[in-house]
Amino acid sequence: MKYYDKLVFELSKPGRTAYTLPNNGFKASLSEIPAGLLRSESPVLPEVSEPDLVRHYTNLSQMNFGVDTGFYPLGSCTMKYNPKINEEIAAMPAFQGLHPLQDESTIQGALEVYYEMQKALAAITGMKRFTLNPCAGAHGELTGLMIIRNYHLLRGDTARTKVIVPDSAHGTNPASAAVCGLEIVEVKSGANGLVDVESLRPLLGPDIAGIMMTNPNTLGLFEKDIKEIAALVHECGGLLYYDGANMNPLLGMVRPGDMGFDVMHLNLHKTFSTPHGGGGPGSGPVGVCEKLADCLPVPRVEKLENGKFTVVGSSKTSAGRVSAFMGNFGVILRAYAYILMLGKQNVKMAGKLATLSANYIKESLKDAYKLPIPTVCKHEFVFDGLIDDGSSTGKPGATTLDVAKRLLDFGFHAPTIYFPLLFHQALMIEPTETESKETLDAFIDVMHEIAREAAADPDILHNAPHKAPITRPDETTAARNPILKCEL
Amino acid sequence: MSKIAKGLLYSESHEWVKVEGNIAVIGVSDFAQAEMGDITYVDLPDEGDEIEKGEDFGALESVKASSELYAPVSGKVVEVNTALEDAPELINEDAFENWIIKVEMSDESELEDLMDAKAYEEVAK
Repeated sequence: MKYYDKLVFELSKPGRTAYTLPNNGFKASLSEIPAGLLRSESPVLPEVSEPDLVRHYTNLSQMNFGVDTGFYPLGSCTMKYNPKINEEIAAMPAFQGLHPLQDESTIQGALEVYYEMQKALAAITGMKRFTLNPCAGAHGELTGLMIIRNYHLLRGDTARTKVIVPDSAHGTNPASAAVCGLEIVEVKSGANGLVDVESLRPLLGPDIAGIMMTNPNTLGLFEKDIKEIAALVHECGGLLYYDGANMNPLLGMVRPGDMGFDVMHLNLHKTFSTPHGGGGPGSGPVGVCEKLADCLPVPRVEKLENGKFTVVGSSKTSAGRVSAFMGNFGVILRAYAYILMLGKQNVKMAGKLATLSANYIKESLKDAYKLPIPTVCKHEFVFDGLIDDGSSTGKPGATTLDVAKRLLDFGFHAPTIYFPLLFHQALMIEPTETESKETLDAFIDVMHEIAREAAADPDILHNAPHKAPITRPDETTAARNPILKCEL
Repeated sequence: MSKIAKGLLYSESHEWVKVEGNIAVIGVSDFAQAEMGDITYVDLPDEGDEIEKGEDFGALESVKASSELYAPVSGKVVEVNTALEDAPELINEDAFENWIIKVEMSDESELEDLMDAKAYEEVAK
């Protein structure tokens, strides 16, 4: 890999351009603009030629690692392959040229996609209706909690101010609840890694707005007591929120609606194959059961009796507006293409193969890595560090961080590390369904090789990566003394 | 192996307490700082805040995690170690020397719920 870390400003030379502006068709001249509105000095913009510009961004892109470059077993993130047909559909001029303020008679096709997509998601999850407006998973969580709060308030129940969150939850769950103004109550996991029903029971009462659960949970384990948990939470008047981050293994097999969940979000950028990893854009549609349908945010798309589609912009019972327009439509479009390409039959294969791949890696590596919970997993699982970390050599042992860094030398993206917090050396692996057996075997071989290296000489791992252009950034200094802007 | 200072009282959530009359000096254990890794930020309460045993009164952030600080005793915060604002690494350097807050205890019998150094050894493994 060629090392490249220049800023475009470093290439800048006065007078160079990579563009030609069209003639100014407006009559107004600068002299007619009030002096107070004119800039006093020129903006600092890079001046580069087109070839320099193209090389700059091409070189930067080659420093990147993505699902198109190699295996990316980042637990909890569902880094499945992003089919190129999704991109072809999203690039169609009829979609690309849309403006959100266009008259609805001119965007019937887009509204139909929006309407049909929410119906498809409702069918897959067993929910009644969906909003596609939230722009990310955590945005969906916040939207879902706003719906829950709104539902209780509309019933005149102001006492429900607490949300129960398991100790294995994604960190976004308590964060979203706090942003929504709700208090967080933690429920412990049992030794089997599942929510402990007996620990949950005493927490339930008239102050509980609901519980947030991920199923399968962050250890990749199916919460088998979910029916009992749902009954208990409903009995106390609370609602169940389903964090859809781990929906992938259940696709077409089990539906959150049938498990008793009232509200949920999906991550289209995880489960439904749209690109992610560079900060977005994502999409976090929120589905609700029938009694919450009136609380969904606006705008909503409705189908009229004459077959036309219309946008409903306001509603007295809605939890409110959560995005400027109607979410990240380009992402929704890609995910819709994915669902149609898979079809009803193949959608069931995705979850099965994701589960098979995860269990295959888990069973193949448990002789070298500590497996705290040995049961069958779903789409992902968690190791708790190396069995032999090499500390018997007299050197400090190799940690999970060291294993992750060493993996980079072999051309694999590192798994998620130090999450979930239940184990000190957590290493969380999610292969997804889109990898071949050859890729999985190559990864298993490398993980064994790394374990052998650690046992023989942990310093090989301590000093890794040896081949990556950047080795170990100083995260502590970056956090203590961040430099957040480029001084020109 | 992390150090455990003798003569202090410890909570299960790894805070230590040094009793000076009715004042409780509170910090986190060496074990806690070692588990956290390089601490990058200490979220401190204000002087005069009332804190309640078992409730969080602040937080530590490191490159690895963020962790709440739980009050080992109830009372009023009478002094805050503001040096930690600019130098959170002091906790990594010496977790017992660099206390976090001093609290005027409202119920000294709460101290009985804390562990001595010997009992804490079992927790900090």
